[in-house]
Amino acid sequence: MNDDLIELYQEVIMEHNRNPRNYGVLANANREASGFNPLCGDKIHLKLHIAADNTITAVMFEGSGCAISIASASLLTEILHRKTVAEAYTLFEQFHELLTGHPSDIPLGKLAVFAGVNAFPARVKCATLAWHTLKAALLNNNVIVSTETGHE
Amino acid sequence: MKTLTDADITRIRSEFPILNTTVKGHPLVYLDNANTSQKPQCVINALKDYYERYNANIYRGLYELSELATAAYEGARLRVAQFLNAKDDCEIIFVKGTTEAINLVAQSYARPLLKPGDEVLITALEHHSNIVPWQLVCEQTGATLRVAPINLQGEVIVEEYEKCLSEKTKIVAMAHISNALGTINPIAKMIAKAHAVGAVTVIDGAQAAPHTAIDVQALNCDFYAFSSHKIYGPTGIGVLYGKKALLDAMPPYQGGGEMIKSVTFEKTTYQDLPLKFEAGTQHIEGVIGLKVALDYVAEIGFEAINHHEHELLLYATQLARQHNLRIIGEAKEKASILSFTVDNIHAHDVGTILNHYGVAVRAGHHCAMPVMEFFQVPATLRASFAFYNTKAEIDILFNALQKVREIFK
Ligand SMILES: Cc1ncc(COP(=O)(O)O)c(C=O)c1O
Repeated sequence: MNDDLIELYQEVIMEHNRNPRNYGVLANANREASGFNPLCGDKIHLKLHIAADNTITAVMFEGSGCAISIASASLLTEILHRKTVAEAYTLFEQFHELLTGHPSDIPLGKLAVFAGVNAFPARVKCATLAWHTLKAALLNNNVIVSTETGHE
Repeated sequence: MKTLTDADITRIRSEFPILNTTVKGHPLVYLDNANTSQKPQCVINALKDYYERYNANIYRGLYELSELATAAYEGARLRVAQFLNAKDDCEIIFVKGTTEAINLVAQSYARPLLKPGDEVLITALEHHSNIVPWQLVCEQTGATLRVAPINLQGEVIVEEYEKCLSEKTKIVAMAHISNALGTINPIAKMIAKAHAVGAVTVIDGAQAAPHTAIDVQALNCDFYAFSSHKIYGPTGIGVLYGKKALLDAMPPYQGGGEMIKSVTFEKTTYQDLPLKFEAGTQHIEGVIGLKVALDYVAEIGFEAINHHEHELLLYATQLARQHNLRIIGEAKEKASILSFTVDNIHAHDVGTILNHYGVAVRAGHHCAMPVMEFFQVPATLRASFAFYNTKAEIDILFNALQKVREIFK
């Protein structure tokens, strides 16, 4: 099989697509946002609970979409647990850099599995949808986020 | 019956330069023809020839180059009139494409006519470009948009369509062939039913023009639209056919140069048909290229094209069944379009993997979100075949689909 494809559809991504973590509705959420890419049809609804000390104590999501978008949302919920809001913003920036910038040695842990998306410009929007939705939730933005521009 | 031999196909393929290119080290397998078609060398050459030998604005010059360009442009109009079997070449209006043609009818014909209580009827299998212009004009006029339903095979339910028709129906707009499902609508019959209640008919022929001979007089449609880029011609150009009496009575769509007889600040008189609807400098090389494309298609012949494309459709459909794909759209009368989904794998994942094997298919909602909603899928894959495609290419598609399943097992 093609190397780029192996990089894109890594086992970790496939496994999170099959068994998304933290999937469902968070009961005590105090932040939430929706993301929707109409061309792909990818949909994410994210709910968070942020404690008084600005740490993220719980994150859950619901949604449907391609393997990349679901795995990205699932891994996002895992990695955000117990991070501060400031750390979440930093992760957002670093994740973006990983996907669209030059390969770097940013210590992104598990998120590094998305490095392969870099070679698939058309799929970057799938991987970033959950993260842009997160940003909207942190900012308390009441708009539906999209990472698509232009038309099909 | 005229058919295409393997030797014919080999020759035809050699006439399309892009078909001899590679993608990611694999020969290009181009199966997105319903989206846009590839161009034969003769069309590419016609554009080059225009710019190298007789580039000039039409109608405006007294010099030879302009005369040559004008003759080529008007010659193309005659060719299109013949292609559609229009009564008069002034019934052929050049526009950007199907989308612009439908918007022109909506704004110049429908908008002055429609009143609250009037109805515009479309069908449930329309492309967005045959939905949104009607929604806009209904909003502008207070008319109501109605939608004739489809069945699970993806066919318009003709009895339901008839029930939607009444003396309130002023306009019926429908696809000749559905781009998302491949369904061929029985438009001759549907047009007659629409006329029986006094409605004017607008046919979206974007998907039909590349596959079937069209006779607007036999169909008796009032308007017919198609796009050059789907019938092997250049992008950015298309055709609106309209019956002369209707076009004559319509106000211009856009104002500007070329569409006027005289202009003063008090009063402007418009050109006669067809120039009344062709404001500003036109897409001259597009029109010239379209004519060459129509000649090219005519030389192969629709009988042979139909036969070959139908064989490809049957072959692909049979393989799709063997591979347990879910086929979306199983109309009895179908053009060479196969929409499908693979297990629960998202269409965009499938499309990405297919691309890595050189296979270009469409993955998405095909600008027909209501169709996707009806079949409860976010998106489908769509392989659409042209006369230059082969069974060997379809085999490559299905081998690549096997790989998709291996990755997603
Ligand atoms: C059925 C149908 N109608 C209309 C259109 C719009 O054509 P164009 O984009 O060339 O204006 C298309 C093309 O996608 C189509 O398939």
